Amino acid sequence: MKTNDVIFQTATKVIVFIIILYSLHLFFSGHYTPGGGFIGGLMTAGALVLLLLAFDIKTVVNTLPLDYIKLTATGLLIAVLTGIGSFFFKVPFLTHTFSYVELPFLGETALATAVLFDLGVYLVVIGVTMTIIQTIGETE
Amino acid sequence: MIEISKFIVGYLILQGAILSLIAAIGVIRLPDVYTRNHAASKSATLGVISILLGLFLQYILIDHHANSRVLLGIIFVFVTAPVAGHLISRAAYNTGVPLWNKSVQDDLAKVRSKQKSR
Repeated sequence: MKTNDVIFQTATKVIVFIIILYSLHLFFSGHYTPGGGFIGGLMTAGALVLLLLAFDIKTVVNTLPLDYIKLTATGLLIAVLTGIGSFFFKVPFLTHTFSYVELPFLGETALATAVLFDLGVYLVVIGVTMTIIQTIGETE
Repeated sequence: MIEISKFIVGYLILQGAILSLIAAIGVIRLPDVYTRNHAASKSATLGVISILLGLFLQYILIDHHANSRVLLGIIFVFVTAPVAGHLISRAAYNTGVPLWNKSVQDDLAKVRSKQKSR
């Protein structure tokens, strides 16, 4: 029987943006308040799973053509590169630093290199979660 | 000002708690899936929204900082909870869960029998 998903799909179109916005907020607020790369990545993956529930796999892959295995590899590469970057300043592996920078709209902002490591964690978490869910969803 | 704020916040949170309790009683007492779903999705949504609104007013009037995440939570619950109730109810109807035996109207049954005869 053909089902009619108009209500679910319309609500998903609105809600996905709220979830992704909130996951980015969690990702960037991880240094001073609860949050960080892991929970932000899980929440972004949750938004993508909601898309997969409301629409079929083909539509989601067409709208968002991401290779999640490559995304995982990119995240791991970023995390390792932030560790290797500390060698150029004659400090031990994975030494992180921060400084205060004047940004055009935000004013004085503390930029830490730990955010780059967190970006690696974020990408790995999205990649692994979506790989697991898509592989389970595709096998008959 | 603080006293009035505390009164309003206390009233909103108490109202939310009582509405959630009414929703729970409705889930226990009502006869079939659809009426239970009606009680749970409507009453509990308004209850949670009342509690979150009380929390938001507590933050902004007494602690003096605006917490936009609570507002976002109100919008989120307001949009998603009725959709969830609709999906659960529809899944129940499509899998053939019977209506309460004193129900008088079932408009979907005609459409369903037409689709089956095709």
